[in-house]
Amino acid sequence: MSAYCSRWTLRFLNRLCVSGLAKTNNKHVQHFSSQTSPSVQVCIVGSGPAGFYTAQHLLKSHKGIHVDIFEKLPVPFGLVRFGVAPDHPEVKNVINTFTQTAHLERCEFFGNVTIGSDITMEELKMAYHAVILCYGAEGSRSLGVPGEKLSGVYSAKDFVGWYNGLPANKDLNPDLSSDAVVILGQGNVALDVARILLSPVELLKKTDITQASLDSVAACKIKRVVIVGRRGPLQVACTIKELREMVNLPGTKPVLDRRDFEGIKDALKDIARPRKRLTELLMKVAMEEPSGRDAERWAAASREWSLRFLRSPIKILPTADGKKVAGIRFAVTTLEGSGENAKAVLTGQEEEVSCGLIVNSIGYKSLPIDDGVPFDETQGVIPNDMGRVCQTPGLYCSGWVKRGPTGVIATTMNDSFETARCVLEDIDSRVLDCSMAKPGHHALRGLLEKRGVTPVSFSGWEKIDALEVTRGDEIGKPREKLLDVQEMLQLARA
Amino acid sequence: MAQNIARTAGLRAYLYLRVALRGPTRIPCRALMCTAPDDRKVREKVTIHFINQDGEKITTSASEGETLLDIVLNKNLDINGFGACEGTLACSTCHLIFDEDVFKKMGPVLDEEMDMLDLSYGLTDTSRLGCQICVQKWMDGIVIRVPQEMNDMRRKKESARK
Repeated sequence: MSAYCSRWTLRFLNRLCVSGLAKTNNKHVQHFSSQTSPSVQVCIVGSGPAGFYTAQHLLKSHKGIHVDIFEKLPVPFGLVRFGVAPDHPEVKNVINTFTQTAHLERCEFFGNVTIGSDITMEELKMAYHAVILCYGAEGSRSLGVPGEKLSGVYSAKDFVGWYNGLPANKDLNPDLSSDAVVILGQGNVALDVARILLSPVELLKKTDITQASLDSVAACKIKRVVIVGRRGPLQVACTIKELREMVNLPGTKPVLDRRDFEGIKDALKDIARPRKRLTELLMKVAMEEPSGRDAERWAAASREWSLRFLRSPIKILPTADGKKVAGIRFAVTTLEGSGENAKAVLTGQEEEVSCGLIVNSIGYKSLPIDDGVPFDETQGVIPNDMGRVCQTPGLYCSGWVKRGPTGVIATTMNDSFETARCVLEDIDSRVLDCSMAKPGHHALRGLLEKRGVTPVSFSGWEKIDALEVTRGDEIGKPREKLLDVQEMLQLARA
Repeated sequence: MAQNIARTAGLRAYLYLRVALRGPTRIPCRALMCTAPDDRKVREKVTIHFINQDGEKITTSASEGETLLDIVLNKNLDINGFGACEGTLACSTCHLIFDEDVFKKMGPVLDEEMDMLDLSYGLTDTSRLGCQICVQKWMDGIVIRVPQEMNDMRRKKESARK
């Protein structure tokens, strides 16, 4: 273990040193000495993977760029901190490379600043040569069915935010007392929610799940989680690693209906390997008898989860007093077409499922930031061409707000590099006019002070980080997250 | 061959048990793919050529037993965004493409690696994750390609625009 630690420490230091040297892969770039002040001021809005990967690529490729990263919360890293499941800590290792980027001299972090209200887009455009919007998707798609607002119905975004310590969701306090839960949607977020609800507490208590949500989950009586999709097994949006985790989840058994898989085997012949392997695993669970340890575990399991296909929600049913959720009515669908583009069409049949908790996991949604920025309400993205915002020179976007809210960190990484390359091209070809100096954050400090906004620096975040890790240490967790923004701000300024 | 299968099956059982007891941890490459180099002997130097996302050839010298991820990171090779999850089989950013004869010689791919490879851009039949490949003497002089699909997609869009 100590050999690993020293090896990783050396690697970290090595990268920190090497990244400071003048080394670029952009052959057209001028080299700047360390004494020359950066001549291109770039502003990035949002400090999740999109923001940091875009910053990283820009800083690596052009030694005259200075990047300021603005973040609404006092703490950085976006969905890496608030979206990735607590029991997937290795996915959060990207925080190390983001931290290296934040430590670079030409990069500065400004937490606790909301673009669109604390600072307007116009003010940003005046202060920077280029502004890159990487603020992700803070809304969620609604079902659009009656009963959606009943107590006991939550968006997955809020539910995940609750167990991951997002300040806005700290008082969500979902009622986990019923024995049946319905999750709508069959993507990785849906499986994350199911897994957190069903995981043995002995495993969860070693993660960075918030203590309050851990206590709720530990006390819950949930016995059955039904994960529902409108289409069939060949259209599930989850990926195989997450499905395998569910199949192997201690203390639980999977319940799949073999009738859902009739005729699927023939369709497998011509499809791509990822979809094929995923479907083969589903079929194995649905149609084969478990053997060995699986058989023992499933026989002894006190909790179960199932995948229900071809069901589209039409109404959420209330309790007799009309206040809470009691169940959900589905329309039974059938598929028209095949493969990824198959459409679900109604058959006229309906079905009801009783439950005390519904989690709507049908997708996140981006929101417009400012009237001055074009926004496509239908697609839920900023209209753009490879990251260049349409009809708005000097404005770019990366990540979910550019592409839509799907994909893993690696997807966002590639996407961010694409946007960064466009910015670099535009600097090179002088589409972005960098001949006039821009003041960058110097122009904004006075405005923020006047408006009573004190930004949190990266070292301010590091104080919060240190306290969270110390608190976590005391109870055998990697960290215990602070939930209150005021507490974060006080600590950052101490 | 049978020994290999038994070893990977035994390792898989051990890894599942470890995850169940302690939570996810880095999966050590050495235990998976090659015998641990004897630290008392001088480790053989092996020459590896990478073709990066811009089509540039990068030649480097590696020690037997290092993973390809180790090499890219330690030598700070110019390959964008490599190794986001730091070798824990939680991403696909160390995706590399090999010649067929090299691929066949490298041995079996565990489900855990295949699961993450399935998410990668530009997946081919001779793709592997660099964090799971340990350098061995016989790899001297091999050429490894970084997937170029994002660049290719961009070039297609540009030529469509013109």
